[in-house]
Amino acid sequence: MFESFKARAETSGNTEVKRFETTAQALGFIEAFIAQEEIKDEAGSYAVWADSSILKALDKNAMVAKFPGLHFDVTRELAKGAKIGITQLQWGLAETGSMAQDSTDVEQRLASALCWIHVAILPTSKIIADIPAFMTKMHPKDIKFMTLITGASKTADIERVLAIGVHGPERLVIVCVDDLELEGVAS
Amino acid sequence: MKQDLSASIHKALENQNLAGILDRWNYPAMRAKAFEGIDFEALRGKIADIKGDAAGRLDELAETFKKNAEANGIKVYIARSAEEARQYIGNVCKEKGVKKIVKSKSMATEEIHLNHFLDEFGIKSDETDLGEWICQLAHQTPSHMVMPALHLTKEEISDLFAEETKQSLDNDIPKLVKVAREAIREKFFEADMGISGANIAIAETGTIITCTNEGNARLSTSLPKIHIALVGLEKLVPNYTDAAPILAALPRNATSQLITSYVQFISAPTLNDDGSMKEVHIVLMDNNRIKMSQDPKFKQALQCIRCAACLNVCPVYRLVTGHVFGDIYTGGIGTILTAWFNELKSAEDIQALCIGCDKCNQVCPGKIDISGLILELRHRAANKEGLPFIYKSSLQVINNRKVFHTMLRTASVLQKPFVKDGFIRHLPMFLSGLSEYRSLPSVAAKPFRDIFKTIKQPKCEEKAVFFAGCALDFVYPKTGEAIVSILNKAGIEVLFPEEQSCCGIPHWASGSFDMAADAAEHNIAPLLEGDPKYVVVSCGSCTTALKKEWTKILKEQHKDALIPQAEKIADRTYMFTELVDKLIKEKRLTPKEGVELHTLTYHDSCHAKRHVGIFKEPRDALSATGFQIKEMHECDTCCGMGGSYTVKQPEISMQMLKRKLQNIEETGAEFVSAECPGCLLQMAGGLDKTGSKIKVVHPAELMVDKFK
Repeated sequence: MFESFKARAETSGNTEVKRFETTAQALGFIEAFIAQEEIKDEAGSYAVWADSSILKALDKNAMVAKFPGLHFDVTRELAKGAKIGITQLQWGLAETGSMAQDSTDVEQRLASALCWIHVAILPTSKIIADIPAFMTKMHPKDIKFMTLITGASKTADIERVLAIGVHGPERLVIVCVDDLELEGVAS
Repeated sequence: MKQDLSASIHKALENQNLAGILDRWNYPAMRAKAFEGIDFEALRGKIADIKGDAAGRLDELAETFKKNAEANGIKVYIARSAEEARQYIGNVCKEKGVKKIVKSKSMATEEIHLNHFLDEFGIKSDETDLGEWICQLAHQTPSHMVMPALHLTKEEISDLFAEETKQSLDNDIPKLVKVAREAIREKFFEADMGISGANIAIAETGTIITCTNEGNARLSTSLPKIHIALVGLEKLVPNYTDAAPILAALPRNATSQLITSYVQFISAPTLNDDGSMKEVHIVLMDNNRIKMSQDPKFKQALQCIRCAACLNVCPVYRLVTGHVFGDIYTGGIGTILTAWFNELKSAEDIQALCIGCDKCNQVCPGKIDISGLILELRHRAANKEGLPFIYKSSLQVINNRKVFHTMLRTASVLQKPFVKDGFIRHLPMFLSGLSEYRSLPSVAAKPFRDIFKTIKQPKCEEKAVFFAGCALDFVYPKTGEAIVSILNKAGIEVLFPEEQSCCGIPHWASGSFDMAADAAEHNIAPLLEGDPKYVVVSCGSCTTALKKEWTKILKEQHKDALIPQAEKIADRTYMFTELVDKLIKEKRLTPKEGVELHTLTYHDSCHAKRHVGIFKEPRDALSATGFQIKEMHECDTCCGMGGSYTVKQPEISMQMLKRKLQNIEETGAEFVSAECPGCLLQMAGGLDKTGSKIKVVHPAELMVDKFK
């Protein structure tokens, strides 16, 4: 399932898929990524990280001390000035390389929609087949706002030439984590 | 046809930008790739079932949607007319003191001219979808339902952006996209309201679904504190899972993507980032959709999911764009929607652009008979307004066999000064346009019906009635001789009833269903004389008439008594190559061995391919008789003949022919063949004008000396 998810996602427009066995390794990658992208505490260079279950394993204060431009309280102004937006997604869809987001909390939307680079954390165990499978997992009766995200923002409105990064992220980095949210997931 | 339509066709044909872009896209191949591993027929069957059922109970679904969305905290308003929808939105703006609006793409807002209305209120409504924004800056309507600004070049767009953002710009597309991002970004933050459309509305949960690629719908539904969605009633489906097949077909058909970048499901208001509750309004708009659902013929048009595939495959749309072929909604389905959402009158000119090739029906995910409904519009317009006098008289003449055939015989004498090698290459004065790009065939000195009497046939047990059709009878009689000779070799004796006349397709295609029924009636008894085993036709269009349309049209015109006989004819009718293929496979016709091989490219007539599904048989028969098939690009795209279309829309017809000729030339084949005298006439005339070496020959004449 992971392999077909990865293959589809990586052909959906400026998207890379990374996979880590442990949460610690995944967090290490994200930290290095933030450093590499030169996150600073100035508009245009922020990183915003919306509430995610992976944050339970992170020392937020230590991270902020290391990267003053990293913010865990996502406001519209911070998201607007963000180079990187980090969110955790609920499900991955192998058929299309999509991810399902519970978007009820506006912070999840701001962090994933306004930045240049969206870092999407996905528990590897939550990769399912397709939209019909997604429909059995997430239902609008329970969730006010849901979004399926596939690849970077794109357009072909000028002469049908594909251009990436119109109103949303121009790059999507998917971080699959094998040991994340394993509780209650049937193998 | 009105002068202004004619002028706009001319202008559009001179601007080849859109045509070039659609060609480079190669939509059919990209679409096929997107559908790999998916049974399209099964998928569209599901969608047609779901949307067909929904179309039958739009009022009930709207009430269910309203109840459920309101329980979630959304305000729902059902607008009966465009005016009611505009007023509701205007009132919300007034109440909340809205000054600035960001809009994501919505055809429904285009339908009600919402921007213009808001503008009069002093409210600035900015389009944020790139293509829509470009159209807004250019003060133009969208030319394509999915890609609104496809008619503009990057140079034109660069100029528009430079003027708007007061900077000098080059024509680099990724850079232009970034300029738009920057120019629009601030508007999302400043706006008091976001307006969107919806692709699907789910009644059981009160949910709207939007499918977008750019991300502007995410911002316009998340950043402003008020969100209004304008949704046509036809977007309603009963249940959550009903959305799955639509989500599978829509992106694949629209942009040959497996899924769009963002699919949003909004079912309730959520908190804004300052802790206040967002205000969400959904306007469900009728605007004649209920009336449409009550029309037994047009109800199916509500199965449309607005993917615009019917535009992408339409050979006419690809030449003239949506600014000619359509109004707000464009192309095939746009013609139908325009008739209902505006009025029949404004669709009258547009419907005349459809050549009836049926390409749209093959790709429609809602299984809508688009070309059939356009023909129905033509029929209703002809009933209401009557056909133009000259055209009506000529159709009446065709239906009077004796007068029509006498005219054809006279023509064979009068044309003499213009004929050389069987072609008319120049016509004088006002007729010159007809022979500008294509030589016309001359009427034969002796029609097939006269020649037939002189043919000596063996007496055989098995009989086939030959229905020649007008063109074969009077223009291509040699084809008829070849057909008789080949069938005789299989031990079949050919009968030719003298009373046969036009099959009625020209009348049918012009919406004169009563005259088409008369044509069917005139032919039925003669064709069944002598109780033949086969009725052989060698024209895709006539085959369609005999196999399919006669029964339909007789039913439609309440001539029920004739239907059993028409059905008998339909059962016995074979297109000539279809029968030859069958006879070869039954070993009743044996191809000669050791014949010289030739290369051939085969053109599928629209009627043969898409109305009666015959395309494999002619290729098999020709291959078996020593012709190596070299397929041309778009072998089943219309040649531009379309019966009288070539006379009514000569400019479009000639452009279609030009493309066909290019595709034929590129194969490098020795022959091009097609089983339709109309297509043969068009292609032969075109190749004659270009001085091509490729020979245009009917399959019967190619195969006549190839059997033992």
